[in-house]
Amino acid sequence: MMTHTDIQSGQAAQASAAPSAMKVSDEIAIEIENMNKWYGTFHVLRDIDLTVRRGERIVICGPSGSGKSTLIRCINALEEHQKGRITVDGTVLSSDLKNIDRIRSEVGMCFQHFNLFPHLTILENCTLAPIWVRKTPKKEAEETAMHFLRKVKIPDQANKYPGQLSGGQQQRVAIARSLCMKPRIMLFDEPTSALDPEMIKEVLDTMIELAEEGMTMLCVTHEMGFARQVANRVIFMDQGQIVEQNEPEAFFNNPKSDRTKLFLSQILGH
Amino acid sequence: MSDTHSESISFVRESFLPEVPPPAAEAGPVKWLRANLFSGAVNSVMTLLALALLIYILWGFLPWLLGGNWTASNIRECREIFQGSGAGCFAVLTERWNQLLFGFSYPPSEYWRPTLSLLLLAVVIAPVLFSHLPRWLLIVTALYPFTAYWLIWGGTIFTPVMALAGVIAGYFAYRRAVERGFAVGLLAGLVVALFVWWLGGLAAASEPDSLALERVPSRDMGGFMLNMILGVVCVSLSLPIGILLALGRQSSLPIVKWICVVFIEFIRGVPLITLLFVANVVLAYFLPPGTNFDLILRVIIMITMFASAYIAEVIRGGLAALPRGQYEAADSLGLDYAQAMRLIILPQALKISIPGIVNVAVGLFKDTTLVSIISMFDLVGMIRGPILASTDWNGVYWELFGFAALLFFVVCYGISQYSQWLERKLATDHR
Ligand SMILES: Nc1ncnc2c1ncn2[C@@H]1O[C@H](COP(=O)(O)OP(=O)(O)OP(=O)(O)O)[C@@H](O)[C@H]1O
Ligand SMILES: [Mg+2]
Repeated sequence: MMTHTDIQSGQAAQASAAPSAMKVSDEIAIEIENMNKWYGTFHVLRDIDLTVRRGERIVICGPSGSGKSTLIRCINALEEHQKGRITVDGTVLSSDLKNIDRIRSEVGMCFQHFNLFPHLTILENCTLAPIWVRKTPKKEAEETAMHFLRKVKIPDQANKYPGQLSGGQQQRVAIARSLCMKPRIMLFDEPTSALDPEMIKEVLDTMIELAEEGMTMLCVTHEMGFARQVANRVIFMDQGQIVEQNEPEAFFNNPKSDRTKLFLSQILGH
Repeated sequence: MSDTHSESISFVRESFLPEVPPPAAEAGPVKWLRANLFSGAVNSVMTLLALALLIYILWGFLPWLLGGNWTASNIRECREIFQGSGAGCFAVLTERWNQLLFGFSYPPSEYWRPTLSLLLLAVVIAPVLFSHLPRWLLIVTALYPFTAYWLIWGGTIFTPVMALAGVIAGYFAYRRAVERGFAVGLLAGLVVALFVWWLGGLAAASEPDSLALERVPSRDMGGFMLNMILGVVCVSLSLPIGILLALGRQSSLPIVKWICVVFIEFIRGVPLITLLFVANVVLAYFLPPGTNFDLILRVIIMITMFASAYIAEVIRGGLAALPRGQYEAADSLGLDYAQAMRLIILPQALKISIPGIVNVAVGLFKDTTLVSIISMFDLVGMIRGPILASTDWNGVYWELFGFAALLFFVVCYGISQYSQWLERKLATDHR
C-alpha cells in the first residue's frame, strides 16, 4: 500500500491541480439526509448526512467495521435503511421494486471480491445487463462491451472465463461490466484490497482514468495516493458516523479530530 | 518492479531448455501394472485374490449365459434340453418379449406406436441434452408430448391438437396480460387455456373418429413401456416443479415460503408406496362421483410430487452453495428477480446440483417399478404376475429378473454418463 502512495507522490503536485480542473456541477447526484440503519438492534449507521454533486469524487475511509460498506451499499439499496432519506439521481429510494431496479441500473458498483459471473465469459459478463435490463440489441451491446474492455486494457481476454484471469484483470472486467450499463454514478467498495501490490496499480489507473472523465464516484478505499490524486473530498467514518470530511490536502495535512489523526498516523505512519 | 529485479538478481536465464519426453522405462503398460497392481506384497496378494474371484464368477456365469436356450416354448422343454446342466432358459424372453415390453393387453397390431414414440423421444430429447444444437429444435421438442400422447393412447387427433392450441392460446394471453403483473398474466393465460381446452373437449367428443388411431385405455398399458412413460413424464415434470419449490422455499413472501416448506417436508416424510396407495384408492373418494380420473395420471401426479420434493431439496443445497456476492452483483446491475434467477443464480446452482438431481432421477426411474404393488403391470409387475404365474414359465427367475435389471441398468447408466459429460462441459470456473 505504501509503495503505491510513493509511486504516485511524484504525480501529486500536478494532480493537485487536476481536481479543480475537473468540473463539478451544481446538480446533485446523491443526497443522504439523516439516514440511520440497524442490523437487528445494532445501530450501524447514525445520522448520516451527505450530498454528492455530479462529477464529484469522494473517498471514504475509516477503521474496519465503521460502516463504510454498509453506507455505500445503502445507496443502491443492497441494504435497506430504516430511517432518513436517500435520493439518487432525483429518485427517492423506497421499497418500490421498479424504482430500486431503475436506480441500480443507473448506479454501477464494484466489489472487493469482483463478483464476476463464473459461468459466463468476460464478454457475456459485460453484455448481460445491457441486453436484459436496457434491451440493447446483442450486436450493439457487444460493441459497447469491447469498447470498455479496450478501455480497461483487456480486449484480448473477452472470450475467456473469469476463472482464467488474474485478480487485477478480474477487477478491471468488473469495472468494465458496470460501465457497460452507462451508469451516472460509480460506487467502489475496497476494489483493490483483495489484490497483490502489482495489480493494485492497474486497477487504480483504470479508476483514475474514469475520474478524469468526470464520473461521479464514491470509493471506499485506503489507497491514500489515489485519494490525494483524484478525490474532491475525503470522508472519515468511525462507529457508524461521519467524523470528518475535507478536501484531500487539508484532510491529510491538518486533520481536525483526534480520531482522524490516530487513524491517519496508523495508516500513513510507520 | 522489473528494474528493482535487475539490480538485486545477478543471474537470469535467458534461453530455455527444450521439452523432452519422460524416460521410456518409466512409461507403458508394464510400468502401469507394476505401479498399480503389484507394487508390494499385500497389493500383489489382493490382485491375485480379486483375479481368482473374477474367474470363479465368470466360470459360473458364462456357461449359463452362452449355453442358454432361446427357442424352447416352456420351462419343461428347457429342462429336457439342459438335462440339469444349469444353463439359462432365455426362451422366456423370446416368447414373452412383447409382453415384457408392452404388457399383455396392448393390441399387438399397434406395437409400432409406442416403439415409434420411443424412437422420436431419442431424437427430440437431443436439443434439450446438447445445448450446442440449434435452439429452434426445441419447438419440435415442445410438440413431442402431444405427438407421443396421441401415438400411445390413440383416439382422435383433435385431442392433442386442441390441447396444444390451448397451451399456445394461454401463452399468448399470458404475454398480453403480463405487463399488468405476473399474477394477472398467469390468471389470463389459465382462463384462456381452460376455455380452449373446454372447446377442444367438445370438438373431440363430437368427432371421436376423425383421423383417429385405435384407442388404447390406460389400464392396457404395461411392461417396460409403462416404466418409460412414468419415468420420462415424472422426471421432466419434477425438475421444473422442484426448481419452483426450491425458490419458493427461499422466498421472502411468508405464505409462499410456508406452503413450499409444508409440501416438501410432508412429501419427504411419507413413503412413496403410501402415496401410490393413495393414488390408487383414496384419491377416488376426493373426486366428484362419476369422474373417471385416469389411473396413470394419478400415479404420475404422486410420483412427480414425490420426486419434486427431493429435487427441491437438492437444488436448495445448490442455491445455498452460491456466494452471496453473486446475488448482489446481479442486483447491483439492475436485473430483476426473475432475470437474476434465470441468468445468474439457477445456471450455477443447477450445475452444482447435477449429481444430486441425477441421483433423484435414477432413483425415481427405478421406483416406477413400485406401481406393480398397486396391481399395474409394469415390467416387474408383468414378470411377477402373468409370466411367473403361468404354468409355462413358473420358476424362471434369474433370466427374467436379470433381464429387467439389465434394461434398468442400461437406462440409468446412460443417465449417469450423460450427467458426468455435462458436468465436465459446464466446468468453467477453473477452481
Ligand atoms: N449482515 C450483517 N448483519 C449484522 N451485522 C452486520 C452485517 N453486515 C455488517 N455488520 C456489522 O456492521 C458493521 C459495519 O460493517 P461494514 O461492513 O459496513 O464495515 P466496513 O467499514 O465496511 O468494514 P471493513 O473495512 O472491514 O470492510 C460491522 O460491525 C459489522 O460487524
Ligand atoms: Mg467493507
